[in-house]
Amino acid sequence: MAAIEIDGITKRYGSVEALRGVSASVERGEIFGLIGPDGAGKSTLFRILTTLMSADGGRASVDGLDVAQEYRKIRSRVGYMPERFSLYLDLTVEENLKLFATLFHTTVEENYALVQGIYGQIAPFKNRRAAALSGGMKQKLALSCALIHKPSILFLDEPTTGVDPVSREELWEILGHLKRQGITTLVSTPYMNEARLCDRIALMQEGRFLEVASPSAIVARHGRTVWAVRGDRMSRLLVDLRAHPAVETCFAFGDRHHVTPCPGATTRHLREEMEAQGHREVEIQEIAPGIEDCFIRIAGRPDVKDE
Amino acid sequence: MNEKTTSGASLFGAFTHKEIRHILRDRRTLLILLGIPVIQIVLFGFAITTEVRDVRVGILDPTPDVATRHITDRLLANDYFTFAGLFSSPAAVERSLRRGEIEMALVFAPSSPGRITRDGTVPVQLIADASDPNTAALFTGYATNIITAAAGELAGTPEESPARLLPEMRLLYNPAMRAAYNFVPGVMGLVLMLICAMMTSISIVREKESGTLELLLVSPVRPFVIIAAKIVPYLILSGINIATILLLSVYVLDVPVVGSLFWLVLVSLLFVLVSLSIGIFVSSIVRSQVAAMLISGMVLMMPVVLLSGLLFPVENMPILLRWTSHLIPAKWYIAAMKKIMIEGAPVLYILREILVLVGMGILLLLVSWKKFNDRIA
Repeated sequence: MAAIEIDGITKRYGSVEALRGVSASVERGEIFGLIGPDGAGKSTLFRILTTLMSADGGRASVDGLDVAQEYRKIRSRVGYMPERFSLYLDLTVEENLKLFATLFHTTVEENYALVQGIYGQIAPFKNRRAAALSGGMKQKLALSCALIHKPSILFLDEPTTGVDPVSREELWEILGHLKRQGITTLVSTPYMNEARLCDRIALMQEGRFLEVASPSAIVARHGRTVWAVRGDRMSRLLVDLRAHPAVETCFAFGDRHHVTPCPGATTRHLREEMEAQGHREVEIQEIAPGIEDCFIRIAGRPDVKDE
Repeated sequence: MNEKTTSGASLFGAFTHKEIRHILRDRRTLLILLGIPVIQIVLFGFAITTEVRDVRVGILDPTPDVATRHITDRLLANDYFTFAGLFSSPAAVERSLRRGEIEMALVFAPSSPGRITRDGTVPVQLIADASDPNTAALFTGYATNIITAAAGELAGTPEESPARLLPEMRLLYNPAMRAAYNFVPGVMGLVLMLICAMMTSISIVREKESGTLELLLVSPVRPFVIIAAKIVPYLILSGINIATILLLSVYVLDVPVVGSLFWLVLVSLLFVLVSLSIGIFVSSIVRSQVAAMLISGMVLMMPVVLLSGLLFPVENMPILLRWTSHLIPAKWYIAAMKKIMIEGAPVLYILREILVLVGMGILLLLVSWKKFNDRIA
């Protein structure tokens, strides 16, 4: 039995279709990532799976329990960490954790082993109010509270958004640790580079799953040669590259443009052409395609966040 | 799945604890909540007063004699009037009135001594500054009563002039016509409504806004427990406020509690529960704290102030407003409080008010129950 079964789930808010029939299956002990830009429908799917919302159509089950029928049972078995920090700011770190333990009819001591690695880092500040914590510490507290009842499935909605790079890295380490303890994790992120850290991912856009597979499978399936191009005037370079016959697609990726060349094109040729058009310091490098390149290839446009 | 290591009661306890912490840690709000009744009572008791007190009176008595002096003494002996000067001419009186040095003048006609005592008529004129018509009507009324009584004393006992009919007024329950008797029940209605409806709705909606309600819902706890735990601290706070108001009114404003204290407290608690259900109902229809505050503040408070009979008598309002006033729980509560506290009526006399409040409470709870989902959409 899969940890999570999603079968043709649809949801609309008025005239906006948030989910247009998504289907996937998350295996036990897997870290499954929902990768997609803001507004792709990630949070809506989280809310349906955590039984906060009813789907308009389709079926879903969590831990073998139907989200529509057996939602009460689901609620005691999952851990949920919403996108926004949602603990009590006027309660202390310790009070928050204790409250959530009581909420699930357990005690902090009973499951301390599970959260020790995370909570241990904020325990020195246990008498501090949650409002006074830094972003990374808030995140650790929220994760501790989501874990304190030893859930079988963990739902983390954009846990790394707005968190410093060090804390982000720590969080992924923690997820790996939890995976070894047998906890299934459904995690969403708008950061493509975090996709590699998941066992499997669903690329999501405008309420649809574009692709569900392991990150390496997605790259293998869609990855083509990618050239990273740099020049002295980047915005003009983008226009000129797109107009060039040897370039199939070209998108801005931070400080470089990623070019998918037409078959037979060479980097030397392209560089000379660009220099002929007045660009200087043109650098072209062949790189391994990332998830983001695949996403753009599949989605047809680059509206995802780079780190 | 965890085994049950805590009971439902301890869960409720933990939540109540949490709510009390929320309130205690928000010092400013707590101070406001505890201060509101004190401020309201002081404001209504001393600043906003419809009572007549210390009206400055000028006297014009060209031919003073025993009779005019008796009338003057009687008038000035009253608490409502103070002596502000003796005048020698009508022109001087008018000047003083215009300058606002005096608010009322008692003018005796120049006449032969002893005339008042002979035929019982009083050739006396009251001139009042009626720029505030209600007040002027009030104190000229008082003055007339005092003068008539004084003249009656001079004329002798009523038996000697059987033809005259003197209606004797008795102002029951509030013989001194003190406004405090009217507003103490009103302030109680206002304060309890404010704290219970407004604060409960804000505190529930705050959890919606901050997202904590989402987290609470993704747990085995039932929404009922969350809401019930929120009610407890406000119930305690309301109890403190009821006590504050009663102590202030008895010891500072001299408004006695004539009727049964037991029923007074019981009916107040009933009203508190109705107000709490209003708060829960409001929280079930709005999504933001601002909306909750506006609805509780404007949509609920204004009618309480305007239509509950606290400031304006409901009896004189157009039929539509009178009908609307029946929908306001505070109106029934204030009416019941007046009967118990001021008139000392037995509980049987406020049965209707009690039943209306009970009905309103049940209705509100049922509607909120339907509306308060255990899902967010």
